[in-house]
Amino acid sequence: MRIGFVRAGRRTLARLGGLFRHGARERELAAEIESHLALHTDDNLRRGLTPDEARRQARLALGGEAMKEAYRDQGTVPFVEHTVQDVRLALRQLAKSPGLAATAILVLALGMGGCLTVFGFVEAALLRPLPYAEPDRLVDVMEANPQFPRSNLSYQDFRDWQSMNTVFSSLDAYRQRGHMLATPGGPVMVPGMQVSGGLFRTLGIQPTLGRDFNAAESGGEGAKVAVITHRTWQERFSGDRSVVGRSVTLSGASYTIIGVLPPTFQFAPGEGAEFWTPIDATGGCLARRSCHSLDGVGRLKPGVTIAEAGAAMAVIARQLERQYPDSNRDQGAFVGPFADAIVGDIRPTLWLLLGGAALLLGIACINVVSLLLVRTESRRRELSVRLALGASRARIVRHFVTEAGVLVAIGAVLALVVADTGMRLMAGLIPAEMRATLPFLDGLGLNSAVLACGVAVALVALGIFSLGPLLVHSASDVRAGMADGGRGASGHAWRRIGAKLVVVELATAMVLLAGAGLLGRSLYRLLNVELGFRPDHLATVRVAAPGVLFDQPGAPERLALDVERRVAALPGVTAVGLTSVLPVSFNGNTTWVRFVGRPYNGEHNEVNQRDVSPGYLATLGARLVAGRHLTAADDATRPKVVVINQTMARMYFPNQDPVGQRIGDTSLTPSSITEIVGVVGDVREGALNQDIWPAVYLPIAQSPDTDFAVVVRTAQAPAGMVPSMAAAIRQVDGDLGIFGEAVIADRIQTSPAAYLQRSSAWLVGSFAAVALVLGVVGLYGVIAYSASQRTREMGVRMALGAGRSAVYRLILREAGGLALVGIVVGLAGAVAAATFMRKLLFDTPPWDVATLVTVAALLGGAALVASVIPARRAASIDPIHALRAE
Amino acid sequence: MGDKTDVWQGTLALMVLKTLATMGAQHGYGLARRIEQTSGGRLTVNYGTIYPALLRLEQEGAIAAEWGTSENNRRAKFYTLTRAGRRLLAKEERSWEDTTAILARFLAPERAQ
Repeated sequence: MRIGFVRAGRRTLARLGGLFRHGARERELAAEIESHLALHTDDNLRRGLTPDEARRQARLALGGEAMKEAYRDQGTVPFVEHTVQDVRLALRQLAKSPGLAATAILVLALGMGGCLTVFGFVEAALLRPLPYAEPDRLVDVMEANPQFPRSNLSYQDFRDWQSMNTVFSSLDAYRQRGHMLATPGGPVMVPGMQVSGGLFRTLGIQPTLGRDFNAAESGGEGAKVAVITHRTWQERFSGDRSVVGRSVTLSGASYTIIGVLPPTFQFAPGEGAEFWTPIDATGGCLARRSCHSLDGVGRLKPGVTIAEAGAAMAVIARQLERQYPDSNRDQGAFVGPFADAIVGDIRPTLWLLLGGAALLLGIACINVVSLLLVRTESRRRELSVRLALGASRARIVRHFVTEAGVLVAIGAVLALVVADTGMRLMAGLIPAEMRATLPFLDGLGLNSAVLACGVAVALVALGIFSLGPLLVHSASDVRAGMADGGRGASGHAWRRIGAKLVVVELATAMVLLAGAGLLGRSLYRLLNVELGFRPDHLATVRVAAPGVLFDQPGAPERLALDVERRVAALPGVTAVGLTSVLPVSFNGNTTWVRFVGRPYNGEHNEVNQRDVSPGYLATLGARLVAGRHLTAADDATRPKVVVINQTMARMYFPNQDPVGQRIGDTSLTPSSITEIVGVVGDVREGALNQDIWPAVYLPIAQSPDTDFAVVVRTAQAPAGMVPSMAAAIRQVDGDLGIFGEAVIADRIQTSPAAYLQRSSAWLVGSFAAVALVLGVVGLYGVIAYSASQRTREMGVRMALGAGRSAVYRLILREAGGLALVGIVVGLAGAVAAATFMRKLLFDTPPWDVATLVTVAALLGGAALVASVIPARRAASIDPIHALRAE
Repeated sequence: MGDKTDVWQGTLALMVLKTLATMGAQHGYGLARRIEQTSGGRLTVNYGTIYPALLRLEQEGAIAAEWGTSENNRRAKFYTLTRAGRRLLAKEERSWEDTTAILARFLAPERAQ
């Protein structure tokens, strides 16, 4: 019969409505059947039957329960109706064993929650497209040299690249440039960016208020103008729309604000930059082709690939190398995805954490499967009875799926709570300085991508959970299940499957433990890496003077001396020094050196340059290896001198005393010639995980700057020293910018390298701890179950004369076998996994024997404890009792 | 629900509609008896089968139901054909006739062999 849409629709509606009027429909049916029976009985009576017989015949003719069932099915939507019944039943069943239900739900919530937390970070940082127009076409454009495949652009090269290239529709450059912003409360240091004029257009960003830079303003030749971020507009100018056209004083110079960026604008390399100004290339370093301080971003022309752009830029770089052999020797080009430049170092860490979380989720799932299997086992008779009473297999399957579904649903909802809390917690733990480089984490949270991931994970878990019991069950037959005792073959089947699951669990736990161990060891190595100075009792503060106020000759030198003298006079300060760059910051701010009296063919001997006060290296506690320290006498009036580090001595003066040798710039300009007067032990200038570079320490008096860090060694706790330092420096000059107050030891602890290593070690460590507990509990479950199944066998053995120790051995051998296989498989997996994360390990090989042996022993020990308990129980049974047990 | 039940339900529904069209308002028992009689006793099924079919037709709006009193003073639920039911009956009758006619042509030559 073909049914019109209207009729089908009406029927469906009526049936759906029927879901809610169960009782009324049942009563209606009962009344109608009663009426039917009465009518039929009347007829039968008329035909001469006895009243009893008349009623019986009527009943027979009506048919039995099947009719009612068909009527009910027609009255409602059976699938929904059954599901509701199943859910009710499942909830009742779970409520009957609340301990098991709670355990399963908790394990699931933690496993899924952990996974979603990390996924939230992965999504926000790695999966979400950058918030720019056609972000796939944006590329990171940098220079390359033999030492660094990706190094800063020089402004002169950048301008040539801009005009010569044919692969970018636009190419722009940027660099960080903080400003001293004049405020009524005195100058404050604000982060800023200098950019080439077209940067915002290249990114596809338009100011929401005012305008972008114009061609005349690029390069710093035009009027001084600034674009501000939405946040700066709100916080510093209280969202006043008349901000455009207003002027602000940045580092002593007046700038006109011309535009406000959109609220959604973010630019990770800006590190929270508030004021965006055009690159000023009218003088100073940028005018030199050898001054590399910029990052480039280009927009690929349609159809051009990253590789093609890289090749095209390499050709241009070679051309420039021929044209400017002095400055451009070995300077190539680098073109890569812009997203890589934005996300930086956290990509491998995030993938590692996601891998760890996934493994943990795997263990959690296996654990829940084991729990469900054990339960199925104990419900074998119930299920057999239901089958025997005519429940269809499909209905039993649905029952399993529903039960798993209820568990997964509750677990998933809790997992969302866990994930939300976890994300907030983890984001809150990121040091503020590092957080500024991760603006994309603003999008962190329970967004649609995380929810979709949650649903996907839940569905997979549901599949696993419903499949497990089904596999075990399909093997068994109804009669065996109903037989008294009901163990036999199915018990063995479960033991086999359970044992395999436990091996997988233990192996996974082993992988996580080994990962955590290696990361922990890396962290230890990293935090205990040779610094070359004593980091305790050191405090620092940074000073910046507006250049325009200190541009008369001798002013910066006097400022440095004044600051040093004031701070040194503070009670509790035992030593003070100044430096252009603090230790454990970065390798960079380099200079190229050439050695007097040696052949030179244009190679770039790149070394870290640090401008320091005479007392600086001694304040740090750096070790003098040869020659002398810088002294106060080494000022602008005296011949130039320099102290080098040991690495530089080793690299450039092998088998030679560097003291007394002279170095200069690449063209040995007479004014650049300096004499090496001393060698100090290597001070770690770069990040904890970076190599030691050769370094030169120049006297600040011979290389003055208006921006430096003050370092003091204190007698008491250094944290208490910081405020009085700032106050003392404020007295030198009210216009000084004073910022970056910190305790050196804390600064090292919270440095990005230490933070990344620590957070991954802790996170993987906590994953591993949970995995260890779950794996050991799983082992306990299997062994305890197996021991309980073998009670009778134990009784027989003991009755035949086996001692308790023999029973002990029997159980422990079973457990030991499983643990051993798990550990061995896990070890192989651990080494493989560690090889993948080799980049994240610091000074620790993936096959670090001590770590692997330790974690294997830990897991083995925990497994032993977990199996001693059931072994003890098995050994303490009374043989008589055991024999009667069945 | 298997195909057989579908066919059976479909034909049963047609029989119910036709019976209601010729006899007017009728209760479930009466319909069952009438269908049994009309088939000459060849359709002896459980009377109960008629109720799911009636519910389905009611849900579709082809029939309406109302409690009333039978000729021998019993309370019973009486079903009547709605206007939609009449249209449905007419359509189903035509389609059934077409189907039987086609089937008859298929089956006839085979018998002749």
